[in-house]
Amino acid sequence: MKLSLPAKAALLTAVLLGIFLFVWYLATLPAGTASAANDEYAALMGNSSRKTTGLPTLAQMGEVAWQHVTDPFYDNGPNDKGIGIQLAYSLARVLAGFSLAALVAIPLGFLIGMSPLLYRALDPFIQVLKPISPLAWMPLALYTIKDSATSSIFVIFICSLWPMLINTAFGVASVRRDWLNVARTLEVSPLRKAFRVILPAAAPTIMTGMRISMGIAWLVIVAAEMLVGGLGIGYFVWNEWNNLSLANVIFAILVIGFTGMLLDIIFGRLQKLVTYQD
Amino acid sequence: MGAFLEVKHLAKVYPDPGGAACEPVFEDVSFGLEQGEFVCIVGHSGCGKTTILNVLAGLEKASTGTVIMDGREVAGPSLERGVVFQGHALMPWLTVRENIAFAVRSRWPGRSRAQIFEHVQRFIDLVGLTGAEHKKPSALSGGMKQRVGIARAFSIEPKMLLLDEPFGALDALTRGTIQDELLRIVQATRQTVFMITHDVDEAILLGDKILLMSNGPRARIAEIVVNTLPRNRTRHTLHHDPQYYRIRNHLVDFLVERSRRIQAEVGAAAAPRAVSPGLATDAAPARDVDAAPAQSSVAHALDLIKS
Repeated sequence: MKLSLPAKAALLTAVLLGIFLFVWYLATLPAGTASAANDEYAALMGNSSRKTTGLPTLAQMGEVAWQHVTDPFYDNGPNDKGIGIQLAYSLARVLAGFSLAALVAIPLGFLIGMSPLLYRALDPFIQVLKPISPLAWMPLALYTIKDSATSSIFVIFICSLWPMLINTAFGVASVRRDWLNVARTLEVSPLRKAFRVILPAAAPTIMTGMRISMGIAWLVIVAAEMLVGGLGIGYFVWNEWNNLSLANVIFAILVIGFTGMLLDIIFGRLQKLVTYQD
Repeated sequence: MGAFLEVKHLAKVYPDPGGAACEPVFEDVSFGLEQGEFVCIVGHSGCGKTTILNVLAGLEKASTGTVIMDGREVAGPSLERGVVFQGHALMPWLTVRENIAFAVRSRWPGRSRAQIFEHVQRFIDLVGLTGAEHKKPSALSGGMKQRVGIARAFSIEPKMLLLDEPFGALDALTRGTIQDELLRIVQATRQTVFMITHDVDEAILLGDKILLMSNGPRARIAEIVVNTLPRNRTRHTLHHDPQYYRIRNHLVDFLVERSRRIQAEVGAAAAPRAVSPGLATDAAPARDVDAAPAQSSVAHALDLIKS
């Protein structure tokens, strides 16, 4: 049997997933012999059919997942909302913070990239601010903004700012001299040069920065929401941990992973769109 | 003088990283170009040919000296001088048509879409790229890329064209065909051209005058070789003309031998001498400097009568 490489890879992926699920199944098998007394005890505790060792079985996991998938947008009050709503809130915050960061980082990166003076003058600030964990800004944000939801947007803003800023500046600064010289000999106006020569030339680098920023933003939003609480997928994870519902936690983790992958795919596409072959 | 392009006493000194001024790359470079003339400049690497071209283009400033084109001093880049860059310098995110249209729109911002389209098409056809309009540079061969570069430079209809070793990266066969095309276009348009080349044959085929530069630092224009071959020469007939070998030998001799020796004679006579090695009477390289131009013109006239 001859299989193409992608087909082989898909097969291997399926096998690995199978093994993982099987191990999970083994690990969550009911603890056999010492049952009689325990079952009675369990029945007394009111959850006779449920296993209490912690990790959910595959069947329980499937049940929870099915509930979430079939009813993602229910709203039973402030602490009990569907996973779709939670996800929407997180995405909205990420999008808001990320967009604000792009609005600041790309024009500023342009200026820094074009001016060696600004590059050197702002470099110390960037070098010091860049390695700060975005969550370290949280107390300051909460104090100054006095609103937890806006604070988490600010945290997303600050963490997506640096990769975009640095990549934009780098991309703009390293536009090939030849292209700039072409623009100069053609007496192209500065604005036209910025939009028709420098922007397309630096677009792949800028887009790489945006992709990195989005990846970081999605990592940070979960932690930020755990901290500020209220709504969102990060808060959902923490809330379900407090409820000791590991099935919900695991499902939320999967949702976070798949959403992150989707975001990365979208930016990968965009990156491909602006990349040119030289 | 009153030539179309006058270059006077150009010199370029790159400052030392330490701040001290060091030896000039070239100095006292003076020459003139008439309208419709094709001038090639030949010399070893490091003698500052590209710098001279960049100064003519207005992309770089000379340390001293002036360049006057058509009665006005060259102070910066301008649409009056088209440049074909060494590495084609096409924008890879634009198609062939868009690359040329970018230049045309810069030259005539007021023109309508249709006018620009038509103008661009004319120059695409001129360089023989019809059918490749929608290709991106990455899909083109080296020769085709350079053709687009030439079309882009011609399309703005500049007063002077500056070519920085445009065929250096091409294989011999492709180079030959593009040289032919360039020759045809230049003969048809009577374009004034200044071109850098390393290729002696290319210089003889294309140049009306060939400027020979001595080695840098302190490079100078040592000689101005007048190409006395008939102007309707082609690549195929060139080597049948007895003048061709005399000129070729003169140029090669200069490059392998005299370019270095002249560099050693620092402070020697600054004015380059004009020679016409193609004519038998003027073939000996070590002639009296002042007598050379007069003699050559007489000999040139004789040659014309004979042919």
